[in-house]
Amino acid sequence: MENRPLEYDYTVTKMFMFMTIVLGIVGMLIGVILAFQLAYPGVNTILGEGLAEYTNFSRLRPLHTDSVAFGFTLSGIFAAWFYIGQRVLKVSMAESKFLMFIGKLMFWLYAVGVVAIVVSLFMGITTSKEYAEFEWPIDIAIVIIWVLFGISIFGLIGIRREKSLYISVWYFIAGFLGVAMLYLFNNMEVPTYFASGGVGSIMHSVSMYSGTNDALVQWWYGHNAVAFVFTVPIVAMIYYFLPKESGQAIYSYKLSLLSFWGLMFVYLWAGGHHLIYSTVPDWVQTMGSIFSVILILPSWGSAINMLLTMKGEWQQVASSPLIKFMVLGSTFYMFSTLEGPIQAIKSVNAIAHFTDWIVGHVHDGTLGWVGFMIMAALYHMAPRVFKRELYSKSLMATQFWIQTLGVVLYFTSMWIAGITQGMMWRAHDEFGNLAYSFIDTVTVLHPYYTIRAVGGLLYLVGFIMFAYNIYKTMSARPVEEYELQNASPMGA
Amino acid sequence: MFHWLEKHPFFFAVGVFLVIAFAGLVEIVPNFVQASRPVIGTAPYSTLELAGRHVYIKNSCNACHSQLIRPFKSETDRYGHYSLSGEYAYDRPFLWGSKRTGPDLMRVGNYRTTDWHENHMKDPAGVVPGSIMPAYRWMFTNKADIDTAYAEQLTVAKVFSTPYNKPVPMKDGSTVTVKMGSNVAEANAMALAEAKVIAADMKGQDVKDAVAAGKIPEIVALIAYLNSLK
Repeated sequence: MENRPLEYDYTVTKMFMFMTIVLGIVGMLIGVILAFQLAYPGVNTILGEGLAEYTNFSRLRPLHTDSVAFGFTLSGIFAAWFYIGQRVLKVSMAESKFLMFIGKLMFWLYAVGVVAIVVSLFMGITTSKEYAEFEWPIDIAIVIIWVLFGISIFGLIGIRREKSLYISVWYFIAGFLGVAMLYLFNNMEVPTYFASGGVGSIMHSVSMYSGTNDALVQWWYGHNAVAFVFTVPIVAMIYYFLPKESGQAIYSYKLSLLSFWGLMFVYLWAGGHHLIYSTVPDWVQTMGSIFSVILILPSWGSAINMLLTMKGEWQQVASSPLIKFMVLGSTFYMFSTLEGPIQAIKSVNAIAHFTDWIVGHVHDGTLGWVGFMIMAALYHMAPRVFKRELYSKSLMATQFWIQTLGVVLYFTSMWIAGITQGMMWRAHDEFGNLAYSFIDTVTVLHPYYTIRAVGGLLYLVGFIMFAYNIYKTMSARPVEEYELQNASPMGA
Repeated sequence: MFHWLEKHPFFFAVGVFLVIAFAGLVEIVPNFVQASRPVIGTAPYSTLELAGRHVYIKNSCNACHSQLIRPFKSETDRYGHYSLSGEYAYDRPFLWGSKRTGPDLMRVGNYRTTDWHENHMKDPAGVVPGSIMPAYRWMFTNKADIDTAYAEQLTVAKVFSTPYNKPVPMKDGSTVTVKMGSNVAEANAMALAEAKVIAADMKGQDVKDAVAAGKIPEIVALIAYLNSLK
């Protein structure tokens, strides 16, 4: 009994892998539609005047951000947890009926939540707070799902055989705790139906905080939702999948320690950089600015640790498209965590804030780092979960280059658009009057909006190739008798 | 210490939580009370304005329009006086936005009229050539939700002591009292009276007819809200 390798149970992983792909396609498709709407406003009525209320930019915008952040990304994180957790803790989900039940329950509640969110956002039921648009009944459902996720994490830890927690588990714990704290405090709201004794809509609520306080709490949340959804669990993934895929040990334990505890302490302070030159106290803005720059250290710590893990094995980058995804992902992480602090410097922020440069920054992080890493994780997991070799390596390589081109087109066009607009807004003529009317600063962006839309479309095309590759892996390849070991065995 | 923590998940989790909770406490708590105090001249929203604010939120206007004027000459030239913290005291939620695909609207009531908004919401590019803003024609037929706006007024008056039916000081030394209905029927009647004033300045016969028949299209509420932004 003791000598036989553990058989891990991937039922829940498979469910969330499926969800990752479906919501990825939905979220990115909406993103591409939005991009074309900005370049060609006629796309707002793509399904006719009658449905314009549901297809116009403003109604779709929250659907895009929420479906990629809390749909695609979170599902990917959940899929990875139910895979990595078992393996690094050396315990199978099959050993605990309770944890298996919790995992499945979590998935089905999550699926119901997705439907509720899509329907309510299409109807325009929103709190307006970015990444926290959901009204109070959905908030309650999200809290329940999150508690189930917590039970899955700590339950598995509770029955573990491996006593020391691997680095990935640190990050999963932190991601769980961070999101729990932020989400609870930012979504403090009073349902008006009950407070008023049964008047009006039952879905409506009013924020516990007003004005400046509301903004401060929201961006403390908004910035750190990025930290604990787009960074922390993704770092957890690369700390597991890169060493596994490359067969290399993590470069430095001490660097892991420094970057983990550093990231935990520093990240939360940086939220104030969303509010520079606003009405929050000056010292909060300055703190946000300074800590954003300090944040380069722990961020680059993780990224450098990953790149140095490849030391002596760089030929793998050339030969394996899967390693390409992870190495370029780390590089985009470094790039994005340098760009962010630059934008947080007050004088730069004065130009960058409110422009497309910020949109560009978000997307080089999410497309280049988060998206690449999640797809790499699924590519690594698929052969082991389905016990089949990956369908096509060349399709994967083609996808890599198409998507890389897409990301580059996206962020370069948004840099130019953002800086152009920022400079035009502040330009004065020789008499001290504003040099441009607002509309001048919109029409000038048309070519960049078009390039961005093409870049986004390329990324979506690559994602559909990814979905196809995974689908064919599931269906076309013969089942292997044993779970595949070490680096991904790939078809030609 | 770190090796020990990595073998003791409970203490590890406690440690992580303390490290991440620290910054929030330091940044948010000290100025909390001061930041929620209104400046003189700031009054709560009327029922119709609040219903309009809900239309604004429902259609994510804040995804493209900010309501935050930064203290730069280029911004005060374009949009008016820079924003003060206390001006937002009755904004739940805040609507600062994070992207200016369109211009700031913090003081749009100072320089745009009911008539302008009516034309613009129907056909933005017809009013501002080159505009990429979509048209919002359904707002001319959808009805505003006055009941929910009234429910919000009741809630904020009760829970947060928002001063409805109380005199609020203005900059010139006078006071203004924003009235709130004592029941749903009265609140609707008050909103309708306000809507009639707006509709009188509008050209669309459909909107005028609807208001005359006692119904308030979303566009009327939205314009009431936009006109209140000063």
